[in-house]
Amino acid sequence: MDEFAALVDALVYTRSRNEKLRLIAEYLRATPDPDRGWALAALADGLDFPAVKSSTIRNLMKDRVDPILWTLSRDFVGDTAETASLLWPAPEEPPSPPTVSEAVELLSSMNRKSVVIELPHLLDRLDASGRYALLKLATGGMRIGVSSRLAKTAFAQAFDVSVDEVEEYWHGLAAPYPELFDWAANGEDPPDIENLPTFRPFMLAHPLEETVVDLAEYAAEWKWDGIRVQLVRAGGETRLYSRSGDDISATFPELLDVLPFNAVLDGELLVRGNVQGGEAGGAASFNALQQRLGRKTVSKKMLKEAPAFVRLYDVLIAEGNDLREKDWTSRRAALEQLIARLPESHFDLSSLVEARDFEHLAEIREGSRDDAIEGLMLKRKDSPYIAGRRVGYWYKWKRDPLLVDCVLMYAQRGSGKRSSFFSDYTFGCWDGDPDQGADLLPVGKAYSGFTDEELKKLDRHVRSNTVNRFGPVRETDKSLVFEVAFDSVHESKRHKSGLAMRFPRIHRIRWDKPPHEADRIEALRALIRD
Amino acid sequence: MAAPFSWIKPEPHGIYIEPADCWVDPSRAVDKALVTHGHADHARGGHGQTVATPETLAIMKLRYATSDGATPVEYGETIRLPGGVDATYIPAGHVLGSAQILLEHAGERVIVTGDYKRRADPTCPPFEVTACDIFITEATFGLPVFCHPPIEEEMQKLLDRLAAHPDRCVLIGAYALGKAQRVIAELRAAGHTDPIYLHGAMEKMCRLYEEHGVDLGELRMVAEHTKEDMRGAIVICPPSALNDRWSRRLPDPITAMASGWMRVRQRARQRNVELPLVISDHADWGELTRTIREVDAQENWITHGREDALLRWCQLHQRRARALALVGYEDEDD
Repeated sequence: MDEFAALVDALVYTRSRNEKLRLIAEYLRATPDPDRGWALAALADGLDFPAVKSSTIRNLMKDRVDPILWTLSRDFVGDTAETASLLWPAPEEPPSPPTVSEAVELLSSMNRKSVVIELPHLLDRLDASGRYALLKLATGGMRIGVSSRLAKTAFAQAFDVSVDEVEEYWHGLAAPYPELFDWAANGEDPPDIENLPTFRPFMLAHPLEETVVDLAEYAAEWKWDGIRVQLVRAGGETRLYSRSGDDISATFPELLDVLPFNAVLDGELLVRGNVQGGEAGGAASFNALQQRLGRKTVSKKMLKEAPAFVRLYDVLIAEGNDLREKDWTSRRAALEQLIARLPESHFDLSSLVEARDFEHLAEIREGSRDDAIEGLMLKRKDSPYIAGRRVGYWYKWKRDPLLVDCVLMYAQRGSGKRSSFFSDYTFGCWDGDPDQGADLLPVGKAYSGFTDEELKKLDRHVRSNTVNRFGPVRETDKSLVFEVAFDSVHESKRHKSGLAMRFPRIHRIRWDKPPHEADRIEALRALIRD
Repeated sequence: MAAPFSWIKPEPHGIYIEPADCWVDPSRAVDKALVTHGHADHARGGHGQTVATPETLAIMKLRYATSDGATPVEYGETIRLPGGVDATYIPAGHVLGSAQILLEHAGERVIVTGDYKRRADPTCPPFEVTACDIFITEATFGLPVFCHPPIEEEMQKLLDRLAAHPDRCVLIGAYALGKAQRVIAELRAAGHTDPIYLHGAMEKMCRLYEEHGVDLGELRMVAEHTKEDMRGAIVICPPSALNDRWSRRLPDPITAMASGWMRVRQRARQRNVELPLVISDHADWGELTRTIREVDAQENWITHGREDALLRWCQLHQRRARALALVGYEDEDD
C-alpha cells in the first residue's frame, strides 16, 4: 500500500502526461501480482465496494469529528476522501500497512454493518497518504488526473504491447486482470474474447466549430437526442452498453432478445414518439427517455408506455466479420443490408441528410431546433471505425444554443481542481415585473463556460456579496447577470419555476447589466419545444 | 460610566480605538494607525502617523515608501495614546517585526494579534502568550484539516528532491516578505550551504532581513546567472512568478510552493505545484485552539480566515466568541 500511496501522491502532483505514464509504468513493472492488477483497475476504472461509499466515510467521520467542523472542512477541501484522511485521528500504534490485495480483500468482505468497525481498523494501519490512497481506491473513481485511457497506455508502455489491443481485451476481462498480465508481461497467449459479449470502445466526434467540410468527402446524419449505445451479441447473449462502457442491459430488457445474429452495433437509444423530427422522426424527446434511465427493474407499464428502440449509426462486427478497418461507406452498406434482418419494432436506420453543399446543410441545421433534434453529425466517408476521438474523421455540429439572461442567486464550492472556489452557480429568472416587486425563481445550475480568470472574479463576487449562508450554500445579493446558453428547455416538476434546461452553461458574464433587466420566466417558457 | 469595551470598535476597515481616534491595521488611509506587521493587507501607505516596530517601519518604508509620521515602538515597550489608551507591542512570531498589540484602557485589556504562529522561526522572536480580556485572533488556517508538519520534514523533502535531480533546479514560490527569508534560514539550519538564487523581486527584502541581523548565507540573483549555474540549485521567487514566462530561464525547474495551503492536495494542483511544501507563517488549527486556551480571555474575536470553524470550536468548548467581518484581508499566498 505504501508504494501505491506514493504513486497516487506522485500522480496528483504531476502535470506532464509523459511523466505520469512513466510513473505508472514503473509501478506496474516493479509490483507483484495481483497488487499491480488491482492498482491498474483502480486507476483505469475505479473499483466498486458496495459497503464503502462516500456516505460511509462521512458517517464514520461524524462519529469522530464535530459534524459542523466536518462539513466546513469537507466544503473547503472539496474531496471527502482527502478530508477524512486529514482529519482521521492519528492512531498510537505505528502504521502496519496492508498490501493492495489485502486491502481489496478486506474491503470486499465488508458489509454495511461490519464496515463501521472494519474500515476504521484498516485506516488505523495507515498514515495520512495511505489513508488518502485507500479511501480513493475504496470509493471508486480516483479523480487524480489519470484517465482510463492513460492508465491503459501506461500498461501498454510498461510491457511494450499495443494499447489498442489492450482496449480490445480490457472489457472482456475482470480485475485484477491476470490474463492481461500473463499476456503482456509473461509472453503468454492473448486473452480470447471472441465468444464474449464485450464492449468495444466507441468512435467519438469532435465539435465542428469553424471547420468547413466538403460534402463529397463527408456524409451527414442527424444527431438524435437520446443516448449513444452499443448493442452486442456473442456467445448466445445480448448486452447493451452505454457510451462509457457501462452495462445497462437490465434497464432495457426489451432489447435483449431481438438481435438474431452475432454483432456489435452502434446507435442511439430512443423512445418511440413524435417529438424529434415530428411524425416522420418517430422519436420522443430526451425527457421521455430520461424517465427510463437508471432503473434496475422496469415495470410492464413503462415498457408499454415508453418502448425503447435503437436507431443504428454503424456496425463494428457482424457475424464474425470485423468491419472496423473498412471505410464508413462499406460499413454503411453492410448496415443497410443488415437492417432488413432486424425487427422494425426495435430497430431503424439513422437516415442520411442530403444537401447540395455545405451552405445548404447549414440551412438544414438551422431548422433542426424546430424539429427538436440536437444537430448534425458529419462522418468522413473513408474513415475506419477507430476507438476514441480522432481529428478529421467525425464531427458533431450541434445547433446554436439558446440564450437567456439570468440572475445569480446561490453559489456553492466546486470540487477537485476547483475546490474552495465558488464555482457552482444557481441562477433564476423573474416571475413578473421586477420593478413591481416580482421575485426570482431558480431555473438552472451551471458550473462551466468561464475561464480560470473569470472564476477568480466570480469567486470574489460571491464572497463579497453573500447575504445568507445555508451550510455550504451562499446566497448572494442577486446583483450579477449571467447570459446562460443551453440546448433546450423542458417542463419539470423538480424546480419551483416548472422548467428545466438541458446543458446550461455560462455564456457571458454581464458585469455591466443591471439585474432587473434579466429575462422573465415567460421568456424562457416560450422556448419549450416538446 | 461607559459600557465595558465600548471604547474598542470593530469596523469593516479595521479596529477603531475611539478615545485615541486611532486604528489598528486599517485597510484605508487614516490619520493615525497602529500596524501589527508589514504585509500589505495589514500595512498600507498614506496614514498621517504610523506606530509600529522599527523592523515593520523599515519594511513599510521599503515597500510603500512610508516614512512620514513613523513612530517606532520596541517589543515590550508601551506608548501612551490620547484618551488614556496604552499600547504595548509584543512579539507575534509571524515575520520580522511582527507584533501583537496589547491595548489597555480603563482597566480593560484587549489584544489584537495581527497574524501569528507558534513555531520557532529563525527570523523573528517567538509569540508570547499574554493575558487579556478580549483576544482578537486571526483564523487563516482555522480548519481542523490544517496541521503544519515539522519544518524539518519539509526541508528534508525539499533537499531529497533536489539531490534526486542534479540537472534540474527546484523553484520555490514563497511570499516575498517573511516566507522567503524563513525558508532560506531554515535551509541554512538544515546544513544547505550552496548559493540560493533569487528572483529580482526578492532581493531588497532579503537585504533588509540581513541588515536586521538574519543570516541568509550566499544569495545570488537569477538575472546575473546562466541556466548552467543553476542546475542542482534552489531558486526562490514570488508565487505569482511560478508559472510565469520568467521561469523559462531556469534549468527544467521542479515547481514547489511553500505555503500552509499545500496541506490540501487540490490547492497544490490548482497552482500546478509538483512539490508542495507545507510551510506556513500562520498558526495551524492546533496552535489557534491552543492559543485561545492559553490566553484564556473572557471573549475571543475572530478576524480574517475561516472564522466559522473557529467560532464553532469556541462554542463547543464554552468559550465566548464572535466573528468580525473585516474587509480587505487576503490570504491567497500564505
